[in-house]
This record gives sequence, structure tokens and C-alpha cells, in this order.
Amino acid sequence: MPNITFVHPDGRAQRIDASDGESAMQTATRHDVSGILAECGGNAMCATCHVYVDEGWLARPPAMGDDEDALLDGAAAERRANSRLSCQINLAADLDGLILNLPDRQL
Amino acid sequence: MSATSRIDSATPERSAPAGVPHLDVDPFSTEFFEDPHRIHDLLREAGPVVWLEKWAVYGVARYAEVHGVLNDPLTFCSSRGVGLSDFAKEKPWRPQSIILEADPPAHTRTRAVLAQVLSPTAMKGVREHFTAMATAKVDELLARGSFDAVADLAEAYPLSVFPDAMGLKQEGRENLLPYASLVFNAFGPPNQLRQKAIERSAPHQAYVAAQCQRENLTPGGFGACIHARADAGDITAEEAPLLVRSLLSAGLDTTVNGIGAAVYCLARFPDQLARLRSDPTLARNAFEEAIRFESPVQTFFRTTTREVELAGHRIGEGEKVLMFLGAANRDPRRWENPDRYDVTRRTSGHVGFGSGIHMCVGQLLARVEGEVMLAAIARKVASIEITGPVKRRYNNTLRGLESLPITISPA
Ligand code: HEM
Ligand code: FES
Repeated sequence: MPNITFVHPDGRAQRIDASDGESAMQTATRHDVSGILAECGGNAMCATCHVYVDEGWLARPPAMGDDEDALLDGAAAERRANSRLSCQINLAADLDGLILNLPDRQL
Repeated sequence: MSATSRIDSATPERSAPAGVPHLDVDPFSTEFFEDPHRIHDLLREAGPVVWLEKWAVYGVARYAEVHGVLNDPLTFCSSRGVGLSDFAKEKPWRPQSIILEADPPAHTRTRAVLAQVLSPTAMKGVREHFTAMATAKVDELLARGSFDAVADLAEAYPLSVFPDAMGLKQEGRENLLPYASLVFNAFGPPNQLRQKAIERSAPHQAYVAAQCQRENLTPGGFGACIHARADAGDITAEEAPLLVRSLLSAGLDTTVNGIGAAVYCLARFPDQLARLRSDPTLARNAFEEAIRFESPVQTFFRTTTREVELAGHRIGEGEKVLMFLGAANRDPRRWENPDRYDVTRRTSGHVGFGSGIHMCVGQLLARVEGEVMLAAIARKVASIEITGPVKRRYNNTLRGLESLPITISPA
């Protein structure tokens, strides 16, 4: 079972267990991580599950789809080169230890 | 509820499947509209898949199966209609929707256009104005004190922002709510509600058809944005009016019933109004929770494209499957204290806006309207009291009220 870490804007790190086949967003909502809203429930339609992938992990998550790319332009917090929607990151075994930084806001 | 194998006389050619629990409840009856929760419970507890004798269709009412059907659009298709009528056998009552009643790949293209027109970026453009209008509406209602929360708030507020945002002319707007009511009744079976609505539909249909044309849409509105996408070559000039029609069909009465649901919740549960007042940033979630709790859009159908096994039951090709969104949103297998309206609940995953590829393309706009209205209430209103008889409005798909007399006091 992979585990992942969410780092809040104040620097607090929250390490949580993921279940196989889950997305990073699902793991976050299951553990009630406060910085992930996920209003659309993972359908890549709301951009309220925005994260910044930690530098060391940039190459690993699956490639970005067109929907995700377009939505990130409308995200509430600044879009950066390492911006992703956490509902589009499925937690395969090679993402064990993944670190995701939370933006200062989702709305 | 009986467990007989009676076959409804209206559909004698359909044989009732063995092994699936049979129920004789009618989800399109006034009895059901008045109290759906008891029957939802019956449907959920009867099994993961049920057979509804009255209309000879399958039904799913548990969260897992509703979510599963919504997310398997190739097996459970929309192009044969998302109402009871099967477009493979019956002519649609109006030209088929090219988004709601379409499957991939056709759906993918039209969907991309509306998703862009109603994107998070587009919402930034309307938010400020919608907020000002909500604040003014609440001030006006506070000055009146007592009013009908359906006509004067739940209807009046969306009517004060949505038609302008679309770019509609002033004349004829009184057709919008009757047209939407017709569309949502028409998803139901051929009962009186549907037949009556269709009989009276001609003037409303004529109005909507005309407003979908480019020359009737003000520049800058969502309608004009859709037509601009035809210039860009993403859709044809014939498709643009049909996509405008989708927003006129689905964009007004839904938010009326969503905002109505939220106000009704806050009126019934004063502790939740108090919680919201203590932290107005909960407004957005308070609206979302009202969508889960009341599910203003109660049901949609799908049609099977092949033989499929669903929760251990074999379902043949060409069968209609009715999804009870409202029952899934209160399934105790998925939700803790499902019958409690809780403005702090983690609502992510509810199916009030659907799920999967057809999940509401207007959800961001609905949330802006709901959030700014509830935020204005949170800041300005101290109490909401129900002061007269609460009347339900009957519609085959939409759940909401006809009348909600309330008195509010200023904070
Ligand atoms: C509280 C308000 C609303 C609720 C509860 C709601 C509910 C829904 C649901 C359940 C679906 C899924 C249909 C299906 O799976 O077959 C849907 C789709 C849709 N909604 Fe909404 N809706 C709301 C507001 C809006 C608004 C404001 C608009 C437009 C401005 C809109 C436009 C649409 C359209 C065009 C579709 C079809 C999407 C597709 O098939 O890809 N809705 N809505
Ligand atoms: S949960 Fe909505 S975009 Fe990820």
C-alpha cells in the first residue's frame, strides 16, 4: 500500500496511507485533508483538488490530459509548472512516497 | 409492496426478469413526490437492482450502483434518451439534445464546447455581479420581512442573473420556467404530468427556439460564446443553437430548486443556519449539502447497449435503467447520518450533479449562484421562520416546492 504526503501552505506535512487504485484526491478526502475540496468528485470538472507536485516527483505522475490542462488555467491559486489536479493522479506503486504541496486556496 | 410477477398492461411485450426484486412503487406519482424517502429506503433495501413493474424498467437506488452506471456510459448509454422513452423505438418529443442525449465520440466534442463556455475562468467573470445581485435581493427581502421563498427568492434570484448572463432579450422570459418544467416532466413516463406539459408546449418551444438563434443573443453572454465556437469550427452553425437550448433547458429551473432546497433546509434546521452565520465561508458547502440532501434532480435513465451483469443480475440489451440520484445521496452505505443536513459535511462524491462524462456541465455556475446567495443570507439574516403551509411542486424529475411562506429577521 503506497503512502503519500500532503504539505500544507504553513509547512505542516500530513502523511497518509493510500489504497491501491485510488487517486491522490480520493486518498486526501478519505483522510479529510483540509486543503483538498474536490467539489466535482474526481471528474476533472472543478479544479478544487489542485496540488503542486514536489520537485523530486515531477517525472512520475501520469501525463496530463487536455481537460486537466484547460481546468488548471482557471484554478483559484497561481498555476505553476508543477501544477496538477490530484484527482487525475492515480496512485500506482511507483508513486509510493509521493509528496504533494497544497496551494493556499482552492476557491 | 407486493412481490408479484405482474406485468404491466401498458408494456405487455416486456417480461419481468426472474431473480430481481419486483416492486410496484411508482416514482412518478404524487404519493412519491410527497414522501420519496420512505420509498427510497424500500428501493435501496430490496436489493442492488430492482424491477419496477409499473413502467417495466430496472432501477438502482444504492450509491455504488448509481455511481457505477453513471460511470459506464458505453454500456449504459444516453443517446437512446435519459427519460423513459427509448429513442430507438419512439420519436423524441423534441429534436434530441446533442450533449445530454449523446454518447462519445459525438458527446465529447459538444461537451468540450460547453465546458469551456462555463469554465472556472468564465465564472470569475460573473461572480462579482452575481454577488451584488444576491446582496441586493436579500436586502430587499429583509425590508419586506415576510414573503414566499419560492417565488420571491428561489425563482426571483436566478431570474435576475441567469437570463442576462445568457444574453437573452427582456421580452418573453416568462416562458423560461414553463419550458424547463416541460423538459423535466418529459423525462418521465407518459403520465398526466408529461402529457399535459407537452400539450401546452408549443408557445414555450417557439420562444426557446427563437432565443437560441445568434441574432437574439447579446454579445458577451454565454449564448453568444457558444455561437463564437461555431466560427472557430469546433461545432457547426446548426449545432450552436441546440447547445444554447441545452443551457436554457437545464440552467434555470435546476438552480431555482437548488436554492429553494437550501433555503428550506436553513428554515427547518436553525442550528445549521446558526453554524453558517458563525462562519459565512461555509456558504458554498451549505449549498452543496442541500443538493445532496434534497437532490433537486431526482432521477435519470440510461439504456443498455448490450447484455450486462449488474450487481450479479443479468440485464439484457435495450433495457431502461432508472437511477435514483436522491436515494444514492442518502444511502447509509455511503453516508454517515444521511438524513441529517450538515453544513460542515464533506460532500465530495455526491451524485446530485451526476457523475462521469455527463456530470453537470453547469455545476460551477450553479455553485456560484448558490454560494453567493447563502453567503448574503449568512451575513444579513438572523432567523428564518416558516409561517404558512409548505406546498410541494410536482414534476417527474425535479424535486422542489410550490410555496414556502417565511419571515426573516435582520442580523
Ligand atoms: C443545482 C443545479 C443543478 C443540478 C442539481 C443539475 C443536475 C444535473 C445532473 C444530475 C446532470 C447529469 C445528467 C445525466 O447524467 O444524464 C446534469 C447535466 C447537465 N446540466 Fe445540470 N444541474 C444544475 C444546474 C445546471 C446549470 C446552471 C446548467 C447550465 C448553465 C446546467 C446544464 C447542464 C447540461 C447542459 C447538462 C448535460 C451535460 C452532459 O450531458 O454532458 N445544469 N445536471
Ligand atoms: S475533484 Fe474536481 S477537478 Fe479534481
